[in-house]
Amino acid sequence: MQNVLQIVYLIPLLPLIGFLINGLGRKHLSKSLIGVIGSGVILASFVLSIWVFLQVKGGNTHEAHYFDFISVGSLKIPFAFKIDQLSSLFLLIITGVGFLIHVYSTSYMQEEKQEHFGRYFAYLNLFIFSMLLLVMGANFVIMFIGWEGVGLCSYLLIGYWFQKQEYNKAANKAFIMNRIGDLAFLIAIFWLIQKLGTVSYSEVFTAANLAKLSTTDVTVITLLLFVGATGKSAQIPLYTWLPDAMAGPTPVSALIHAATMVTAGIYMIARSNLLYSMSHITMDIVAYVGLATALLAATIALKQNDIKKVLAYSTVSQLGFMFLALGCGAYTAAVFHVMTHAFFKALMFLGSGSVIHAMGGEQDIRNMGGLSKKLKITFITFLIGCVAIAGIPPFSGFFSKDAILLSAFEKNPVLYGIALFTALLTAFYMFRLLFITFTGKFRGTHEQEHHLHESPAAMTIPLIILAVLSIIGGFVGIPEVFMHGGDKLGEFLSPVIATHAPEHPVSHSTEYMLMGLSTGLVLIMILFAWFKFRNYQRTEATGFGKVLENKWYVDELYDKVIVNPLNKFGGFLKTVIDKSLIDGLVNGAGRLVNYSSRQLRLLQSGQVGNYVLLMVVSMVLIFVVQFFLRK
Amino acid sequence: MIPVLLILIPLLTGLAAFFFKNDKNVRLWSLGVSLFTLGVSIMGLSLKDGAGPLAFHGEWMQTLGSSFSVKLDGMGQLLCLLNAIAYPLVILATWNSSYKKANNFFALMLLAQAGMMGVFLATDALLFYFFWELALIPMYFLCSQWGGEKRIAVTFKFFIYTFIGSLLMLIGILYIYSHTPDHSFSIESFYNAVLSRKEQHTVFWLIFIAFAIKMPIFPLHTWQPDTYEQSPTATTMILSGVMVKMGLFGMLRWLFPVVPFASFQWGDFITSAALIGVIYASLIAIKQNDLKRLIAYSSIAHIGLMCAAAFTQNISGLQGLMIQMFNHGINIIGLWIVVELIERQFGTRKISELGGLAQKAPVLAVLLVIVALANIALPLTNAFPGEFLMFNGIFSSKTNYYLWFTIMAGIGIILGAVYTLNMIRKVFYGTTNELTNTAMDIKWNEKLALGIIVAIIFLFGIYPQFLLNSTVAVTDTIIDKFEMLNNTLPKQ
Repeated sequence: MQNVLQIVYLIPLLPLIGFLINGLGRKHLSKSLIGVIGSGVILASFVLSIWVFLQVKGGNTHEAHYFDFISVGSLKIPFAFKIDQLSSLFLLIITGVGFLIHVYSTSYMQEEKQEHFGRYFAYLNLFIFSMLLLVMGANFVIMFIGWEGVGLCSYLLIGYWFQKQEYNKAANKAFIMNRIGDLAFLIAIFWLIQKLGTVSYSEVFTAANLAKLSTTDVTVITLLLFVGATGKSAQIPLYTWLPDAMAGPTPVSALIHAATMVTAGIYMIARSNLLYSMSHITMDIVAYVGLATALLAATIALKQNDIKKVLAYSTVSQLGFMFLALGCGAYTAAVFHVMTHAFFKALMFLGSGSVIHAMGGEQDIRNMGGLSKKLKITFITFLIGCVAIAGIPPFSGFFSKDAILLSAFEKNPVLYGIALFTALLTAFYMFRLLFITFTGKFRGTHEQEHHLHESPAAMTIPLIILAVLSIIGGFVGIPEVFMHGGDKLGEFLSPVIATHAPEHPVSHSTEYMLMGLSTGLVLIMILFAWFKFRNYQRTEATGFGKVLENKWYVDELYDKVIVNPLNKFGGFLKTVIDKSLIDGLVNGAGRLVNYSSRQLRLLQSGQVGNYVLLMVVSMVLIFVVQFFLRK
Repeated sequence: MIPVLLILIPLLTGLAAFFFKNDKNVRLWSLGVSLFTLGVSIMGLSLKDGAGPLAFHGEWMQTLGSSFSVKLDGMGQLLCLLNAIAYPLVILATWNSSYKKANNFFALMLLAQAGMMGVFLATDALLFYFFWELALIPMYFLCSQWGGEKRIAVTFKFFIYTFIGSLLMLIGILYIYSHTPDHSFSIESFYNAVLSRKEQHTVFWLIFIAFAIKMPIFPLHTWQPDTYEQSPTATTMILSGVMVKMGLFGMLRWLFPVVPFASFQWGDFITSAALIGVIYASLIAIKQNDLKRLIAYSSIAHIGLMCAAAFTQNISGLQGLMIQMFNHGINIIGLWIVVELIERQFGTRKISELGGLAQKAPVLAVLLVIVALANIALPLTNAFPGEFLMFNGIFSSKTNYYLWFTIMAGIGIILGAVYTLNMIRKVFYGTTNELTNTAMDIKWNEKLALGIIVAIIFLFGIYPQFLLNSTVAVTDTIIDKFEMLNNTLPKQ
């Protein structure tokens, strides 16, 4: 085994094997064995990923071709993997965070029946497999396979507790909304095939091929891909599935619906950055949609009372930030935020899991309070997560968010203003969540209070590791103004992501000022939240607060405008058109034949006289017709 | 000799089956001979397209210019294989269903198999017509003798529909025959028939109606949900899994190459109807409460997409269609097996009366979910490569409306996810009720049948190239013929 790049196929293959073992043997294997296998395969993939990463860092990239998946006429779609800077970085995030969440799950899911425990780990492994396919694929079709694969796993895991129909509905919603996006993705692939005859990155992203595409082609392809991304990465208008997806077990929310799967859209656009940079229209749309999503989701998060829902809207909002960065051409900043967000959001979701675990399944923060005393590790790590997401230096979120805000400022100061406002809301709702949950008096039942306990080590150790990463994770991307050559990440990604010259570059002093401004305002927001929520008393939302609590009634709107009319239309087609009209016509024709044959039967009366009469009449008729028709 | 064996084995063993007295023996007999047929079909698959043993020519009604000529080419290989795989699966999966006069039941089933084999193999138009009828007639009896309550009325409708179609087709065939240079029914003569553009239109509609009814495509579909619902499930499996492919196959073999000009001219019109049918049937499927009718409408949607792909007349669309004809057959048989199990166990197919089966029958649930996901073409299942290629074909077809067609077909894909997932949710998830409380998991024979289907799903989902390779030559021939004939057409 001279070169690990020759065996990269093991990285997705190991989780697939884990899936098969746990899936098929879930009735026969003990829980501890299931846990060991499930986590072990991911650990092995993680080790290989580190190895691969080091190779790539040393300048080796690799493209492995295994077999022809589809080969028809001139169209060749190989089953091939591409290992380069971008994919190797995602490999690290997926397997690394994935491993921690597997370990956490062994304890969190302990009360499940053995059979379901096995099912859970099988799904989780399958998810990692699909996600790895998504980022390792060397062409858009393999990416699409992974893309739909993660959607499937998300569906299976949201509906993991399948006895509850509410959860199953959420699972269906996630799958169907994603399929809408997937359709756009597919059409983008067809468009590429038609124009270039290939879907492989190494062939599409060549200067010669890119030059073949007209501006319209580029705009349409990039927009279609972006629509695909809005589905998977929960952006306007396809974001409403993600908050509902919180029906799944909490570690799933951490892994799939925060750290990895939902960042697939960012990966896709970063991967196609050469294409995106060619279309200003698309870039603007991506930036606006991202920013609008960030703002909308942040306003909703202000008034949510379910601990996981707050985090879910926060995720939607942070993803919006990432799209804003992409739209501003700051692809590296977006990928950077994917990484730091994976750390602190996974941390907070797992922290919320620890809280929910301690509270015996309770998710409503109005029934919590004062938990910091009993859940010390959870509290401290959660606090670190909040500080990181709020963007206080030197925590990781500061660096990545600062890079995004700067890129927005360089594009358009108005964008910056809205983004900054959203960042302030972020700080406010996160600390609202923290204070309501962990400070003040306990507001739950006596039973719950008695039951309060810190979670076991299998859960707290991943929290601690993620907390450390949330603190130091930003140091790979220190801005140039602080340290020359500090942006290690940008340097690393530069072979895949072309550096984008800003439209309006800013001076160093402006940059310092912007950082100071955002940090200062964020601190003020935190203080504001502290005074408002440290001794939280339950109140009912009124007026505008009620609109926010009800998520701007978007779900209701979709139901009214799309779901219900379609349903009604289906019923109309079924009963009116199909049954009465079409089938009615057919049956009517049948009855007509029946009727006429009954009438015709009367002719056959058996009386010779009638026959002769008929014959004569017919003959006369034929002669008359002949006479008139002759030429 | 292989094509002759493929027809003769089911024909003779089917006739023999009439004389069995014992219920169990006739099942064993049918299973055994269908496995034998499968063996022969696999043997045919292993030979290269165009090899000597794959064709047979015998004299038959020489004065009319018709002969008993059969040939197994790439497209035939896939469909004969489907036909040959379907029978053992169906017999195995319905082992526990009881039929009165089982000997007659299995005999008719086998005769229908012989008929379908002939349809997929014939290279003589009259022979093709003969087998077409041979395949249909046993179906009328199967449906009317062993069907549900409304079987007589439904069979009558089914009969009238297909009978009208067959009649028009016969007229069409005779019309072409009279225009062949050497007055022959052989496929070569048909391909060389000299037809003016005007005549092409007439012939096209005469023959197309028969195929359109058989598929069926919107709005000629209303016989289908009723027939699927009322027929015994084993018959429905064959009808929807294998027999509907006769229509698609017929177009590719006997229509496009003969009247390429008219086929091109009417392409947009028929594609529109087929794709309207995709959306129409999907929307109706969402509202179905009866499992059989849901799958029936889902099948109309899938066939509509395939019909649209046929009219793309490009490599991607046709190759996708060819492998999809095979894969759709496998998947829909899987779905029917599940329906049959449910109906036999609970005595109902009403979705609203079921629920929570996943708790009581986890193995069945897993297998059903896989088959259902394959039915909505999830990647790495067998239906994905076919749908991908068909879509790509529609998108890259020469028509001006390619974008609209792609979007319409795409809406069908989304709606497909809606009704499929809703069905899974309502039947398998949730809590059990009084009826499903005592549910049992599946038995070994059903597990085996579904297991084989799942294995095929993954095999051809991960490595579709195997199927694609076998149909390359046929696809090229169709496209070549199409282009060549289109160029040399007498200009009017």
